[in-house]
Amino acid sequence: MMSTYYAGLLADVGILLLGALSVYVILATGQLSLGNAGFMGIGAYLTSYLTVTAGVPLTPALLIAAFAAGAIGVLIGFPALRLKGIYLAMATLGFGEMVRSFLLNLEAMGGSGGFHGMRHISNATIWAWAGGILLLVVILERSQVWLEMRAVHDDETAAGLIGLNTTIIKVGAFGFGAAIAAISGGLFAHHHVYIEPGNFSFERSIDFVLAVILGGSTIGPGALVGALLLVILPEYLRFLAEWRFAAFGALLIVMLLVRRQGLLDRGLFGLTARSRAA
Amino acid sequence: MSGDTPDPLLALNGVSVTFGGIRALDSLSLAVTPGQIVGIIGPNGAGKTTTFNVITGAYRASAGDVLLNGAAITHEPSHRIARAGIARTFQNIRLFADMTVWEHLLVAQPHSEFALRRLLPTRWANPQALRRAEEVLAFFDLGGVRDRLARSLPYGLQRRVEMARAVTARPKLLLLDEPVAGMNHDEADEIRRLMLKLRDGGLSILLIEHDMAFVMNLCDTLYVLDFGVMIAKGAPDQIRRDPVVLDAYLGHAA
Repeated sequence: MMSTYYAGLLADVGILLLGALSVYVILATGQLSLGNAGFMGIGAYLTSYLTVTAGVPLTPALLIAAFAAGAIGVLIGFPALRLKGIYLAMATLGFGEMVRSFLLNLEAMGGSGGFHGMRHISNATIWAWAGGILLLVVILERSQVWLEMRAVHDDETAAGLIGLNTTIIKVGAFGFGAAIAAISGGLFAHHHVYIEPGNFSFERSIDFVLAVILGGSTIGPGALVGALLLVILPEYLRFLAEWRFAAFGALLIVMLLVRRQGLLDRGLFGLTARSRAA
Repeated sequence: MSGDTPDPLLALNGVSVTFGGIRALDSLSLAVTPGQIVGIIGPNGAGKTTTFNVITGAYRASAGDVLLNGAAITHEPSHRIARAGIARTFQNIRLFADMTVWEHLLVAQPHSEFALRRLLPTRWANPQALRRAEEVLAFFDLGGVRDRLARSLPYGLQRRVEMARAVTARPKLLLLDEPVAGMNHDEADEIRRLMLKLRDGGLSILLIEHDMAFVMNLCDTLYVLDFGVMIAKGAPDQIRRDPVVLDAYLGHAA
């Protein structure tokens, strides 16, 4: 029994890790998205439709869903260019709720009754995707493009004036983040084998952001640490019974006060010195 | 342009900039000849930084044209103007908050938009970017602070990093906005030495400066602005004696 319990937690960590990474790559360009559960929902429903109704194998189904959500992410990315900070956060929140309400009314996929019939996948499958994408992000973090994303994050005007196309960089990050969220959704659907619109609510978007903030918002592995903490900490705090979420909240506040950049940061990994001649 | 002067690298033809009815720049014309150091001087609010902003696409000209090598760049977005060969620094230094000196030089590399290697680790996929960054690092003598966060450096060094970042993509024209403001004599001398070295390497420079002694001994041509209007232009020796200039600007200091 215990092993099923831990296996469940492990799957949750993998799925949350992808959600957190989806926020992380968008945040790397200075854009805060509170609507990534919407992209996750799109990915969950589209992947499930493809595997259950259309009979497509899981891997291509996930890739198609990622591609479609990425395209929607790019579309969302353009109006997002005009918004900053809290206004962008609100607009993306609105997008997430819009997707949820769209899914509620999507009778073909069960509407409020949800959708089922997916084949359960193993933790190995979840972690192959989660680990693979984390690795991809960690590799990308060492590239020119990532440096350009950080430049846009730090000073968009100066970035434009050294020749960076800030539009492509910001919109591209949105598309990539949306694609990762969609894969998270596809895996979620095939782990739980049942989905309903309520799975992709605002609270889940917040979880993604929390994982990034807790783990560290300047470095990809931060999302892994954040996802682990977010899933495991409430379990460890179980002895506090109903008080455990309050305790979790208190921990979060302390964390933000003493280490605002999150548990991991670039300095910790010696990444700021990554260029030192080999 | 008259027949005996070479075609200008940069030309402003009757450029005006208005902000809600206020003319920040009134029909300004100026030219930078290749290989020259050209200065823009004038009191505060004369339109000097506005001139830089309109050249780099941060502001839109309400009238007139900006030409780079004879081609209009008046309505291009900033990143295209930068890629066409115009780099700049800022009056209040604008470095990337969370980047080391080395990262500033890597990120400012020339662009080839859709190359796959730009998605791969720079360390092994982009040897030419590393080489160029090393070159610039050595030129500006920044090797000792290579892995420090640029924002944590002393003021004079921050100015140097900003200049190095601007030069990395091999621009044709460098715009310097008060490069020696707030610097001590030695630091200013170092910037002058670097500017001359860059000029000798073929770079043209347009600079805004308040330090009159600095401009007089450095520039080939000076433009004097006052209230958005050009009131004089010429060689530093002419400007020094121009009564209009003395009245508008130098007169305050004398």
